[in-house]
This record gives sequence, structure tokens and C-alpha cells, in this order.
Amino acid sequence: MNQPQSPKQPANLDLLYTELEDDLRSSVSALLADKCDPHRVKALYDGDGALGEELWPALAGELGLAGLLVPEDLGGAGATTREAAVVLEEIGRYTAPVPFLTSAVVATTVLLDEHATEAARALVGELAAGEKTAALLVPFSFGPDTDLARAAVSGGTQVRSVAGALEADVLLVPVAVDGGLEIRAVAASSATVDPVVSLDMSRPLADVTLAEVTGDVVVPAGSGNQAVRRALLTGAALLASEQLGVAQWCLTTTLAYLKERRQFGRVLGGFQALKHRLADMFAAVESAGASARYAAAALAAGEDEEIATRVAASFCSETALDAAEDAIQLHGGIGMTWEHSAHHYLKRAKSSHIALGTPGAHRAALADLVELPAS
Amino acid sequence: MSTTIDQDQLRQRVTDFLTEHDPSTLSTDEERLEWLRARYDAGLAWVNFPEGRGGLGLPREWHLEVEKAFAAAGAPSNNPRKNGIGLGMAAPTILGFGTPEQLDRFLKPLWVGEEIWCQLFSEPGAGSDLAAAATRAVKDGDEWVINGQKVWTSGAHNADWAILVARTDPDVPKHRGLSYFLCNMRDPGVDVRPLRQITGEAEFNEVFLTDVRIPDAHRLGEVGEGWKVATFTLNNERVAIGGGATPREGGMIGKVAQTWREQPERRTPDLHDRLMRLWVDSEVMRVTGQRLRQKLAAGEPGPEGSAMKLTYARVNQQLSGLDLEIQAEDGLRYGDWTMVRPEKTDMLGRDAGFRYFRAKGNSIEGGTSEILRNVVSERILGLPGEHRVDKDVPFKEIPR
Ligand SMILES: Cc1cc2nc3c(=O)[nH]c(=O)nc-3n(C[C@H](O)[C@H](O)[C@H](O)COP(=O)(O)OP(=O)(O)OC[C@H]3O[C@@H](n4cnc5c(N)ncnc54)[C@H](O)[C@@H]3O)c2cc1C
Repeated sequence: MNQPQSPKQPANLDLLYTELEDDLRSSVSALLADKCDPHRVKALYDGDGALGEELWPALAGELGLAGLLVPEDLGGAGATTREAAVVLEEIGRYTAPVPFLTSAVVATTVLLDEHATEAARALVGELAAGEKTAALLVPFSFGPDTDLARAAVSGGTQVRSVAGALEADVLLVPVAVDGGLEIRAVAASSATVDPVVSLDMSRPLADVTLAEVTGDVVVPAGSGNQAVRRALLTGAALLASEQLGVAQWCLTTTLAYLKERRQFGRVLGGFQALKHRLADMFAAVESAGASARYAAAALAAGEDEEIATRVAASFCSETALDAAEDAIQLHGGIGMTWEHSAHHYLKRAKSSHIALGTPGAHRAALADLVELPAS
Repeated sequence: MSTTIDQDQLRQRVTDFLTEHDPSTLSTDEERLEWLRARYDAGLAWVNFPEGRGGLGLPREWHLEVEKAFAAAGAPSNNPRKNGIGLGMAAPTILGFGTPEQLDRFLKPLWVGEEIWCQLFSEPGAGSDLAAAATRAVKDGDEWVINGQKVWTSGAHNADWAILVARTDPDVPKHRGLSYFLCNMRDPGVDVRPLRQITGEAEFNEVFLTDVRIPDAHRLGEVGEGWKVATFTLNNERVAIGGGATPREGGMIGKVAQTWREQPERRTPDLHDRLMRLWVDSEVMRVTGQRLRQKLAAGEPGPEGSAMKLTYARVNQQLSGLDLEIQAEDGLRYGDWTMVRPEKTDMLGRDAGFRYFRAKGNSIEGGTSEILRNVVSERILGLPGEHRVDKDVPFKEIPR
């Protein structure tokens, strides 16, 4: 106990799942098990995007997930990041092609900024009702620590590799004004949205060009930077839960395969070299589970958000990627095939490793937060 | 376990206890001991233990706050570092398998620190393969007569009592012929000899047991059930080692962070990258431990603690190595190689060099990391067991 006490000792947050959260998971999982067939995920890579068009209305409408984070008085479910994280775990487990993270988390967080305008409140109600879908117009690689001057959009410039733009009816566009950024809601129909051949086609990206930026101000100048930063931080915190879902799928699937596949007259999972790799994978996935849960709980409680996010973003990104890479290796040749689903997870893991800030960027921010400067 | 009072009521009990038993009035050791006994009697020793046994039958996780409140009030300590094996391993096992008489006899003096415990499990021929323990226990009337040799026994030189695994039946396969005993270390047949280790000091010992007599009343669990009881102990040990509650930046990361903050001239990008990765790993370990304790609130540790202990060993070893590198020319020096028999185990004590060498034991003690990977893969993941040639053979026929 005679440790030098770091200044910020976090609260003891509940890291388990409540019954309500378990129920939510069951309904999401049931819907995805029914509709998100791996063969249809594969078809996304061959230009057949029908799956996404069916899934999102079902998740947003039938299950009402689009308004999970929206307060009840604005027409939403008034839930917290804890519940949103559970939804994302399932989305990760199925590599479901839905704009939940981009619209129901990131764009919604922008619109729920405390200084957001009346127009924002009206729009967020439409998002919650599943009537519209929105996306924040920044490259998917931008994280909470990206220099936001780079986020400013003006007429004629192209924004590259935007996630959720293809599905969006409304683009939330950061515009440079005197006091920093203001955010405008621009109809996607007035923009040129060019689909991009993406590393991860289960979250297809687009290059977006606006001839001119017209539309209602949803977050006024003076608050725009904060709103964007907050949205990217929330996105990174909750992406960790999606990454957890990816990692869990990789562990479960690899484990099942190695229990069944026989070589040298015995089940491969009996070889100690493989048992030990799976034990390490299990330890990492369990740790990722605690850390993703902690970040979701921290944001819900409004405590320790910055550190919790950086830790989860960095750890879960790497765990998901390691698990996906190991899954390919431990499946042998079949892991390299188009037919097997393992590659869907590697593609999701690698793209989300870069998205919303790389692990290195999160660790660099963390170094400042915990006063361990690089030099 | 029934939750009888809520967390606010628990806080109130601690406050009331501190009012009635003001720690600032204590001056002698005897007074401090009395104070600790009163705390035990009030059920505030380990609140997850049952009522009447130093606890209140409350969730394990709640105990942390109690401990903090007592520490903040300057309460006397029961010296947990000196009795880690007693508190972390012997106590839960005695609670799990003991008779009412054994609970009455052992728990209180153990908790207050009057009686220190050690663990007589490993032998020269039985380390990872603990079930191969050959120390014999032969029944003689109401007593057992013990003969054999134990090794790597941490803190045996300070101990009053030991948890002991010995063979009561060599004619059955190895897992079935063991029994578990509570052994008085002050018995004249117990000979403790220091074993010097990598750090220069002798934290562990060899223990020779010659005609040691243990009353049958000090057997824990049924005859032949020793393996089951020992597994229970080991599961607790792994949680105690890997899953302990540490504050953020507690433990090894705290030491390295301190080095980093104090020595700006030694910072390099490579060291910083490794430091931040390990900071993240340490923080993730903290919340993973927190979640594990929340899961275990009402239950007993199973094999899950093994995964945590794996991470703990790796992170500790990497951190303590990094610390020496950051310290550069100072990292080339060592505090003191003098042979001593330490009073208590302190992984964080002394200097960075000591911590580096001591941490090497973290992946060996309490089950090696290889064995723990076997445990995780077999008991949690359900993968096939290792090929075993000795499983169904009577113990006496196994070549040794
Ligand atoms: C600091 C320290 C304190 C200790 N304190 C105590 C104590 O208080 N009481 C006590 O009873 N014991 C204690 N021990 C002993 C400890 O539990 C044993 O050292 C440990 O279980 C390993 O046994 P061993 O040393 O015989 O190694 P071995 O079992 O001989 O192992 C040698 C190597 O082989 C590997 N190995 C063994 N079996 C397998 C397998 N099936 N698959 C893959 N690899 C395998 C091991 O991982 C290890 O790397 C302590 C040890 C240390 C280092």
C-alpha cells in the first residue's frame, strides 16, 4: 500500500452484465443469427450489398436500436453506452454490415452535444425513430486525438474513406469558422458519395465530395470541436466492444475446429503447442472483455472516461487483430480460403485496428493523461 | 451466501467499530492483537467469510473498501505480507473442508497473524506433478506418522503451521492416494533448512519431515481426498497471486512509472513504447481482476484465476526487466547479495535488480506458466488432456 498513488484512482464500476443487458444481447443475437448469414457477408465483397439494406431496418426499426443512446424525451430508449456496447459485441461477432457505430453512436453523440441546436434535437429524434441514418463526415481513421483542423470540410474538397456515408441520409459536416468547427447537417443526396473498394466490405467506406456546404447548423461554432472529439472518443470506446465480439468469434471458432480436426491420428487440439496458444488467446480475450466493459461502464457513469477509452481502444484493437491472425494460422489452408469465414474477421479486425485512432495513437494520448511523457 | 446487510450498512459497521475500538489508543503489541481479535469477532476480518468465522457472508468484492477504511484509520495490520499463504490459501481451504473444531482452532489465530502458515506441497520428485508427492503418512492409532522431504517451501522458517500433502495409500493410482494435513511446524521432527535463491536471499527452504506426528483431528478432508483439497488450495493460490486487488499503477507498474517520472534524461522512444504497452497491460489486468472478483462474489475460485496468473507473471517479468534498462548505468548495479532469511515475501521490495530476479519466480511458483496453460486449455476450453502414462497405475509401480 506504500505505492506512490497515481492522482486518478478510478471508481469500482460494475463490470458484469445485467439481466436487461443479457436480454438485449439475446434479441440482437437472435436477429443476426437469423439474418446475417456468413454467405451473404461474403457476397458484400462481390458487390452484393443487399444484406446491409435488410439488416439495418430490422435492427433500427424492429429492435429500436437506432435510438439506444437517445434520451427518452427525444424519442429514444434512454439507454447508456453499457447497452450500446452489448449490441456492438454482437455486431462484431457476426461482422454485421450495419451503421450502428457510425450513426447510432458517433453521429448521435455529435447531435446530443449539450450545445446542439433545435435542428439537432429534431434530427436525433428522426435517427432514433429509424427514419433517417447519419454519419459524421470524417475519415474513419480519425480518432479523438487527430488534429481537428484536418476535419474541416469546404465546398469542393473530398473527404476520403468515410464509414457510414453510404448508408447515411444525412451527413454531419464539420465546417471551419472563426471559433473552430461548427457542424452542419447536410442531405447526403446533395453530396457525391463514391463507394470505395474497402479492406473491410462489411463496413464499406466512401469518398464524399460536397460542391458546397449548405444545411442547418446542428452544433454551433465554439462547441463543434468538443462535439466531434467527444463523438470520436465514444466511438473508440465502444468500438472496443465490437472488437471483443470479433475476438470472441475467433477464439470460439478456432477452438471448435481444433477439437474436431484430426492429424497424426489424433485431435489437433490435444497438441500442447496449440493448447498453449489457445490458452494465451483465452487470457487475452478475457482481459479484452474486462477492459471493453470497463470503458463502456466508465462512459455510462461519466467517470474515468479518457483513460478507460485509451486502454480499451489500444488493448482490444490488438487483441482482436491477434486473435484473427491466429485464427487464420490455426485453421491451416482452409483459413486462407474465400469459403471459410475467418477472413471476414481478419478484415474487420485489421480495419478497426486503424479506425478511430490506432493503438499507438491511443497510447500516446494515454501517456499524457497518466503523466508518463515520451521525452 | 445470503446478503444480510447492504454496503451502506457495512460502512456503518466499520465506522461504529472504529469508534468503539479507536486504533489511536493502542500502544503495545498485545493491545494491537486484542484489537485484531475484536475486529475478527465483529465479522470485519474478511467480510466474505461466514458469520462467526471473521466475516458476514458478504460479497468478496466488498471487502476491499473495508480494508481501505481500516488502513485509512491507521488500524493495526495483521501483516498480510508475512502470512500470504495463511490468508490466501490455508484459510479458504480450512473454511472449505474443515470440521467445526478445526475452524474454531485455526482461523482466528491465522487471521490476526499470531500463527503464520507455509505450504508443504512440492517435493524434489513432485513439482508440476504434485500428485506424485511421495512423503508418506502412516496411520498409528489416532495419529499419522509423516516421513519425507519437501522443497521450495517459502517462509517455512517463519511458520508455525503448514498445509501438507502426503501419501496415505501407495497402492492406488497417484491422485487417489493422497491426504491433506495441517502440520505443526514446531514438531521436533520438522527440520527447516534455508535454500538460497537467485536473489541472494533464502525466502524458501527445504523441509525434512522425520517421524512427525499429526493427530487425525488435523487431517483436512477425507483420507484419500488430498488431491481434491489441494486443487482447491491451488485455485485460491492462483487468484491470490494473479487476481489480487491492486490500485491503478499499483504493483510493478508503479515502480517503473516512478523510475520514468524521476529520470527524464533516460527516456527514449523505444523505452516509452514498451512502458506504455505495459501500462495498458497492467491497467487491463487490474480491471480483469476486478471483474473476476465481481464474478466470484458469491462463489469459489475455479480455474479462471489461472489465466490471470499467466498475465501477471508475464507483465511482472517484462516490467522489471524494463525498469533495469531505463535505469541504464544504475541498472547494472545490485543492492545486496548477502544471504538473509527474509521475514516476509515482498515482490516489490528492495531495488530494481531484486525485483527483476524475484519476478522470474512468478511463472514458476503456484503452478508454472506451462502448467497453467494446460489448466486453461483443458479445464476452461475443454481441450484434450495431456498424454498420461501414469494415471491408472498404482503409485508404487510408477518409475521414479
Ligand atoms: C519462488 C518460489 C516459491 C515457491 N514456494 C513454494 C511453497 O511455498 N510451497 C511449495 O509447495 N512449493 C513452492 N514452490 C514450488 C513450485 O510450486 C514448483 O517449483 C513448481 O510447481 C514447479 O515444479 P518444479 O520446480 O519441480 O519444476 P518441474 O515440474 O520439474 O518443471 C520443469 C519445467 O518443465 C515444465 N513442465 C513440467 N510439466 C510440464 C507439462 N506437463 N507440460 C509442459 N511443461 C511442463 C515446467 O513448466 C518447467 O518449465 C515455489 C517455487 C518458487 C520458484
